Amino acid sequence: MSGSILFVAIVFLAGALVCVPLAKRLGLSAVLGYIFGGVIIGPYVLGFVGEGGDDILHFAEFGVVMMLFLIGLEIEPKNFWKMRKTILGMGGIQVVLTTGLAFLILRAMGYDWQVAITIAMAIALSSTAIVLQTIKEKGLMHTTSGTSSFSILLFQDIIVILMLAVLPLMSNTDGAVVSQEHEAELQVNLLENLPLGFQALAIVASVVTVVVAGRFLIVPMLRKVAKAQVRELLTASALFIVFGISLLMELVGLSPALGAFLGGVVLATSEFKHELESTLEPFKGLLLGLFFMAVGASINFIVIGENPLLITSLVVGVILLKALVLLIVGRIFNLKIDQGLLLAVGLAQIGEFAFVLLSFAFELNILDRSQLDMMLVVTAVSMSLTPIFWIINERFITPRVGTKQSEKRPMDHIAKTQKVILAGFGYFGSTVGRFLRSHGIEATVLDYDSNQVDLLRKMGFEVYYGDVTRIDLLEAAGIAEADILIVAVASEETAKKLVSIVQNNYPNVELLVRARNHNDAHDLYNMGVKNIYRQSLETSVKLASDVLHKMGFRRYTVHRQAQNFIKYDEASLRRLAQGNDNEKEYVFKIREEIAQQEKLLEADLKRGIVENDHQWDGQRIHAEGQKSAAKE
Amino acid sequence: MKKILLLFTHPKYEFSRANKALLQNIPEMDGLTFHDLYERYPDFNIDIDAEKELLKQHDIIVWHHPFYWYSCPPLMKQWIDLVLEFGWAYGPGGNALEGKWCFNAITTGSSLQNYCQDGMHQCSFHEFLKPFEQTAKLCGMHYLPPFAVMGTVQMDAKDLAQYEVQYRKLLHFLQHTDSLIQPEQLAFLNEAVALIQS
Repeated sequence: MSGSILFVAIVFLAGALVCVPLAKRLGLSAVLGYIFGGVIIGPYVLGFVGEGGDDILHFAEFGVVMMLFLIGLEIEPKNFWKMRKTILGMGGIQVVLTTGLAFLILRAMGYDWQVAITIAMAIALSSTAIVLQTIKEKGLMHTTSGTSSFSILLFQDIIVILMLAVLPLMSNTDGAVVSQEHEAELQVNLLENLPLGFQALAIVASVVTVVVAGRFLIVPMLRKVAKAQVRELLTASALFIVFGISLLMELVGLSPALGAFLGGVVLATSEFKHELESTLEPFKGLLLGLFFMAVGASINFIVIGENPLLITSLVVGVILLKALVLLIVGRIFNLKIDQGLLLAVGLAQIGEFAFVLLSFAFELNILDRSQLDMMLVVTAVSMSLTPIFWIINERFITPRVGTKQSEKRPMDHIAKTQKVILAGFGYFGSTVGRFLRSHGIEATVLDYDSNQVDLLRKMGFEVYYGDVTRIDLLEAAGIAEADILIVAVASEETAKKLVSIVQNNYPNVELLVRARNHNDAHDLYNMGVKNIYRQSLETSVKLASDVLHKMGFRRYTVHRQAQNFIKYDEASLRRLAQGNDNEKEYVFKIREEIAQQEKLLEADLKRGIVENDHQWDGQRIHAEGQKSAAKE
Repeated sequence: MKKILLLFTHPKYEFSRANKALLQNIPEMDGLTFHDLYERYPDFNIDIDAEKELLKQHDIIVWHHPFYWYSCPPLMKQWIDLVLEFGWAYGPGGNALEGKWCFNAITTGSSLQNYCQDGMHQCSFHEFLKPFEQTAKLCGMHYLPPFAVMGTVQMDAKDLAQYEVQYRKLLHFLQHTDSLIQPEQLAFLNEAVALIQS
């Protein structure tokens, strides 16, 4: 039934299109919608997708790789360095404690120590995909629980490599036979047959390669590509980067997700950050959706049906154990109770790494078929339950314990999006940016000219490359959280397009817009923009002021008159913009306005000048008896 | 020869008959720097370092301004507020102006007889100048009696020309004398030249 790839694609897409909006309408997370969709199209309900589900799962794991690349992009290297203690501390305690406790319990249940240790390790791992997706969906990335979760997951990503390395040591079978088998299924590891020292060296070398290449190869390449002005080439480059890093990591036996994360961190300071983000975002979204559906489809209902009680108690037991350890970790690191709960509930499932770990252990004859099936089901079910636990925690538990979960604390580690966005960094925008920066206001700068971007970055400005009227780029630049958007682009059309996009989608962002001339300012007023800056106004008035000074006018007088002139001119522009006249009437009105302006300025010039201010002399200040004195 | 810094503040100099007359020749005098503050700082953004440097180079500071609402025009006050910095002009280590001479050169529309207890302004002219006097003293300067051209509304060109000569002679005299004029000796610097010559 599932012969053609087209059919499979349609089944998955249809499943997503039906289930995700349904879940959203019911107030559930999209993740749950995907998983549920997977269950529906899976082998045990509609049967559209058969045993091929595992391959799809493997393919869809690429979504996790992209997600970590994108997360890496959000973390600047110096912030990553600051996180090292949290990663090692929280991650280390969580993994060691969970593995240890699970091992003891499994031993007590009568499992061999090899089996117990394998399963215990699998249990310790949580699902990067589900947790990070949910955290992002709920906007918790910048909370303490968000960073803590992320730190622990990152540590697990690193430690899983060690776990995979340890497994063969516990196997009774001949290593060579197994490794041949697992090469087919898992990844090709070039270094398997090299001595341990070489392996370590190669791993270090590949990490260094990612860092160095990121800085000296990828960024120059992106600049070249940007210069070509063909947008899909940037998409191609973004995919190339992620694929390239993944391949390199697989060759040396590291997790592709980890490598991608590292690559992201390296590129976080580059001007292409936002462009890469907006390009990869849809790919990541779709692949992750596919991944969640594959998880849903992989739940083996036959195994559950055979032993419902055991499976249920295992799932419950695992979740309780993991949550307990996480609460302890939260206590140790002084998390508030609501943040601790979020962390515990979030990471309580077994993650996708367990699939890899358990399958590998099965090939090594550490686990038997029934143990593997059982644990795979427990993993899939615990993952599927996570979004439900989130809801329970959110609706029933957190409201009862102290502070509200939506309370956002300033992030310690991950750099937050700036509050001011500056679109257009030509001679106008750069002046704005420079002046702001000299007062400690670092705006997120967007510009479409990659040459300009390159130059300005060399001068030390934080500038990102991209088309400012693309809503996804604006989103990547943080328009949703921005207070102010400065529109300093040279093209009036681009400016107007950008203004209307922001007015329609983000009415709370305050707009400050550059206008080329009177006519453009007129249009912008009619669009409802309040802060309009005619680029030629102040400069031309200043020039005229200098002419007046050279003609003999006093500087201070001219200075005040110039300010008045600008004031009257803006008021008249506002009046003119309100009317919707034909050209003839408009010209007439402009003439009227100009005449009025000139009258006002003349009055200003003469104001306060009294030919002979007798009021200050003698008794004349009083109304009576002064007429005679005045004649002296 | 002592060097004079004439700090002139007048927001509407182009319309001031009296000051135009008074300053007809003085800006060109030897050993005198004519500093037109409203022309130099129309936006009130005073270059403090440049002003301090100027002060250092001169021995006599003249605050020349019209008498507006019993005080100086706002830019002159701005100058006092910004330039006379703590730790430079006063306070610990603030001795940059120590020993310099300082006085106000003022034009008033109102004549002198209005400045008394029973007069229109109810205080003596010197009482209104107290803030300037105290400012100068706090900076360690010798505050001389004021030079004043009073009752300008009733003066014709001839009167003003006489004052111009008087002012010019005074500045020249101050440049070349070492004897300090005390306020108890003289109410107004206007009479100084006549007094010394007699």
